[in-house]
Amino acid sequence: MNKVVANADEAVKDIRDGTILMLGGFGLCGIPENCIAALVRKGVKDLTCISNNAGVDDFGIGLMLQKKQVRKMISSYVGENAEFERQLLSGELEVELIPQGTLATRCLAAGYGMPAIFTPAGAGTEVAIGKEIRNFNGKEYLLEFAFEAEFAIVKAWKGDTDGNLIYKETARNFNPLMAMAGKTTIAEVEHLVPAGELDPDSIHTAGIFVKRIFQGVNYEKRIEQRTVRKKSQ
Amino acid sequence: MALTKEQIAQRIARELQDGYYVNLGIGIPTLVANYIPPGIKVILQSENGLLGIGPFPEEGNEDPDLINAGKQTITTVPGSAFFDSAMSFGMIRAGKVDLTVLGAMEVSENGDIANWKIPGKMVKGMGGAMDLVAAAKNIIVAMMHTNPKGESKLLPQCTLPLTGVRCVKKIVSDIAVLDVTDKGFKLLERAPGISVEEIKSKTAGKLIVEGEIPEMQF
Repeated sequence: MNKVVANADEAVKDIRDGTILMLGGFGLCGIPENCIAALVRKGVKDLTCISNNAGVDDFGIGLMLQKKQVRKMISSYVGENAEFERQLLSGELEVELIPQGTLATRCLAAGYGMPAIFTPAGAGTEVAIGKEIRNFNGKEYLLEFAFEAEFAIVKAWKGDTDGNLIYKETARNFNPLMAMAGKTTIAEVEHLVPAGELDPDSIHTAGIFVKRIFQGVNYEKRIEQRTVRKKSQ
Repeated sequence: MALTKEQIAQRIARELQDGYYVNLGIGIPTLVANYIPPGIKVILQSENGLLGIGPFPEEGNEDPDLINAGKQTITTVPGSAFFDSAMSFGMIRAGKVDLTVLGAMEVSENGDIANWKIPGKMVKGMGGAMDLVAAAKNIIVAMMHTNPKGESKLLPQCTLPLTGVRCVKKIVSDIAVLDVTDKGFKLLERAPGISVEEIKSKTAGKLIVEGEIPEMQF
């Protein structure tokens, strides 16, 4: 068994035009920076990206939008990106907006081997249009299907050569869900260590879900909204 | 005098109780964190995966891996916990979060809320709002009573696409505190110096006024 690949270019080498792709992260927090850069270099097109957000104009998935590599985004919030808005209004980009909890739970269902879930989110709104609705205990729930993604690309803080992953703080977000949900999961990590060095009790994603892993380089970790308070004396 | 945004947040903070787990939306709701009454413990939930939001970091201590749902850099308080997005919405959907405070573009007299989309203009998405309003036990809306054109945002029916139906329990606006009841908006308090007549004229939905309506105290 060898899950370790040299770098992001090798990790994404068989991602082809038209692929359905999951990308971890919330805003710019916990996004797979190295793999996004590799996909931009590779120039792969017509991608469907399942990701909570779409990056900003010049970072994250925004870099792929600039190169017009994305045909469809499936997201919950896309408000930070002017190029995104332009492509959406001009019809170049298709967008499916879904509630954030529904997005997370459709990943979860895929990772847990369940074809669908029922959720109350969106009942009585336009999100419910065309969906099967069931009433449980007097409340309406929508049937939502598990995602089917050929690849999931996630970012973790630490990982080992067997693919076990540990995330840091709120950079965890969608990453462990997508790691379980993809048919082929690629993990980029800030620190790659030999198997056995991570505490088994602290693992967030078990290695069975991870097909390829590599140590990322040059993390920018851009902050979207820098908010601070004055230093106390 | 109509309330400032800070005063709206201050009034909402008085609804907090010891032991509450609370989700605060972006905008005025975020300010509620500044007015948690002394002597009680309230834990703030951030739907991107944290219980125990602390204040903004001191300059130079920003951590890109630690943000709130508005993508702002934050800190944690002692006793905080991180989790993934599915668990986050699990605790929301299962009713563990005691109170949700969020903004609104429109609320209807039966408690419907619209706050995510204006057709024909840019659509940014609903984020976690639809999950929150579909499941939260108690929802308080922080909003301006009227839009910049002076039109009421408290309506018989919402005109914008809905975020959720029959879910809003209470509204704190810049001029009034109202409960949403089966029979319409019930006026509870008015902002200092604001008359019942003014609130009536600015509420398009059904308004119930019973007895003397006290002024809010600050």
